[in-house]
Amino acid sequence: MSDEVIGRPDPKTPVSVKILRYKPGAIDPPRYDTFQVDADPLMTVLDALEEIRATQDSTLAYRHSCHHASCGTCAMKVNGKEVLSCVTNVLEQGTDVIVVEPLGTMPLVTDLVVDMGDFARRYEPAGLSFIRESEYLTEAQTPEGVDHHTRFESCIECGICLSACPVANTNASFIGPAGLAAYYRAMVKGDGEATDILAAVDTDCGVWGCHGAMECTEACPSQVEPGDLIMYLRREVVKSKLPWNH
Amino acid sequence: MNSNYHVVIIGGGSTGAAIVHDLVLRGLKVTLVERGELTSGTAGRHHGLLHSGGRYAVKDQESAKECIEENLILRKIAPGSFEENDGLFVAITDEDVAYKDTFLQGCAECGIPTRELTAKEALLLEPNLNPKTKLAIQVPDATMDCWRLPMRFFATAKQNGADIRPYTEVIGLLKQNSTVTGVHVRSHVTGKEYDIKADLVVNATGAWAEKLSEMADARVPVRPTPGVLVAVYGRWNNMVLNRLNRPSDGDIIVPQRELSVIGTSSWFAPDPDRLGLPMEHVERMYERGSQLVPGVKYARMRAAWSAARPLLGEASPTVGGRDLPRTFKCFDHKERDGIEGLVTITGGKGTTMRAMAETTSDVVCDKLGVDAVCRTREVVLLPYWAYYQ
Ligand SMILES: Cc1cc2nc3c(=O)[nH]c(=O)nc-3n(C[C@H](O)[C@H](O)[C@H](O)COP(=O)(O)OP(=O)(O)OC[C@H]3O[C@@H](n4cnc5c(N)ncnc54)[C@H](O)[C@@H]3O)c2cc1C
Ligand code: SF4
Ligand code: FES
Repeated sequence: MSDEVIGRPDPKTPVSVKILRYKPGAIDPPRYDTFQVDADPLMTVLDALEEIRATQDSTLAYRHSCHHASCGTCAMKVNGKEVLSCVTNVLEQGTDVIVVEPLGTMPLVTDLVVDMGDFARRYEPAGLSFIRESEYLTEAQTPEGVDHHTRFESCIECGICLSACPVANTNASFIGPAGLAAYYRAMVKGDGEATDILAAVDTDCGVWGCHGAMECTEACPSQVEPGDLIMYLRREVVKSKLPWNH
Repeated sequence: MNSNYHVVIIGGGSTGAAIVHDLVLRGLKVTLVERGELTSGTAGRHHGLLHSGGRYAVKDQESAKECIEENLILRKIAPGSFEENDGLFVAITDEDVAYKDTFLQGCAECGIPTRELTAKEALLLEPNLNPKTKLAIQVPDATMDCWRLPMRFFATAKQNGADIRPYTEVIGLLKQNSTVTGVHVRSHVTGKEYDIKADLVVNATGAWAEKLSEMADARVPVRPTPGVLVAVYGRWNNMVLNRLNRPSDGDIIVPQRELSVIGTSSWFAPDPDRLGLPMEHVERMYERGSQLVPGVKYARMRAAWSAARPLLGEASPTVGGRDLPRTFKCFDHKERDGIEGLVTITGGKGTTMRAMAETTSDVVCDKLGVDAVCRTREVVLLPYWAYYQ
């Protein structure tokens, strides 16, 4: 415990960060600004944005909160791919210039900030429970007073799948991968009647809107595999309609 | 009637979230400004431990009592926001064992329920614990979601009429003689600067509180005291694991989602915007964490980051960060610096956000002459997605 001024790990490598800027009415249309940072081995894209805001441009706006892939706020495009910026290492990108852009699909608010209201609107009807039973250490006993171990859901509602999805991009009424995955979870957990859930997704804005591009499963940073769950829901919808199920 | 008064809160962390909720429930007109995304300061990136108070039961009993009381209240008003698997204080060495009686006595004095477990019982609950474990004590710790919990306060406040403005940075305080009359802000959405007039301004900027109060020539003794946290892949434990000893580095592992978060360390930083990330602290988290759960030593890292505690205390190199009290304080700058219209709240913990807000809101109402009771102990919070409706 001391007053030592503590920095970040060495060595440092200079990198350019090219960021999409947009301030309605002020930087309008959007443009790119390029900043220089000294990247260290642990520097994430989010760390780079923090450094730029602290030392070069205090008006830079971006979303972030937990800094460890758990809140889902920091999603953006880095070199064209949707990622969580807090766990995307700058030097591992292997490019001298890192291009940082906001997510697609959701409306742009400013700089790297998109309006998550669009995500919420599509996601929310599926239900909001974000607690599930923990599948880890199932051999363990539970402590007195605890019926079963619980954990937060893997989906961190980051919006990456919605941005990566070619259907959601053009169809505002498509529930989208995260929302459909949430319906799947609701069904598995027994939150609501299975028949109601299947009816809610058995539409062109639901499971039949999906073209099976699987970009969502590919991009999801949290192993939710929404594309696979959509296919599972489709099978359940079909099964529920088979004559011997009536 | 109350809504004739307009209060501006600076800072959208957990403290600001709970104050805006409290004040709108009391019928005031409230605007909250935050320079970045909500909870982009310390609140969103802390360890995620809903403290039972056990950690402070020996050396900082005021904090410990606040923690256990608020722990129970938060579970009630924010159901579904916690991984409620309890926690263990684990003894691994003889020195840890020798600390047991002091710890149990402290917990008893603070009203923290405990249950003693043998090594065998503890290992049945947490098979990945160090096999050298000698005994453990169960306490009502839990894991919180540091983003979604404060967001439930914001959501509820917004639905109750609060005006919440992220990406709005205070760059000056409006002053008439020695009275603060509002804030001068820059919107990072439009790039425009403007004034917001207020009957009272609340400075809830945590580790930035000193910077803000200086804008009014007032002073707040806040020391930004960062710590490093390391998240590793895998859920190595389901309960929160603490080392049974005096608080030290890397002695807590908080499981969360599919990660385990090891923390933390402590040093003083001059600038809350540039904390740094010392490599030796990252390594220390692995080393100390693996004393509790040997397996984490080789676990793959998901993230390493720093967060700044807003600890209270005058700058003094002889006082270590861990020795500064974790309780909170609300400063009325009228009494402190002769400046009217400005109240600062800082210190405290994520766990005590509601209590910090109650104290601050009492001071605010007192100063404005508003007679309204606090309702935040009972009002159940909306789901956090309601913020986006
Ligand atoms: C390493 C570490 C681990 C911790 N672990 C735990 C834990 O497990 N459990 C627990 O209960 N507590 C924990 N804490 C404590 C807890 O995180 C803090 O006490 C709490 O989050 C502080 O919240 P706050 O709202 O007061 O501050 P902050 O969250 O920092 O909020 C202040 C806000 O003010 C904003 N701001 C600053 N300047 C301006 C300006 N000019 N204009 C507008 N806005 C501005 C900032 O952007 C920031 O969002 C931990 C702290 C640290 C450092
Ligand atoms: S499904 Fe995956 S990509 Fe989509 S919101 Fe959830 S975590 Fe993000
Ligand atoms: S900041 Fe929370 S996921 Fe990246």
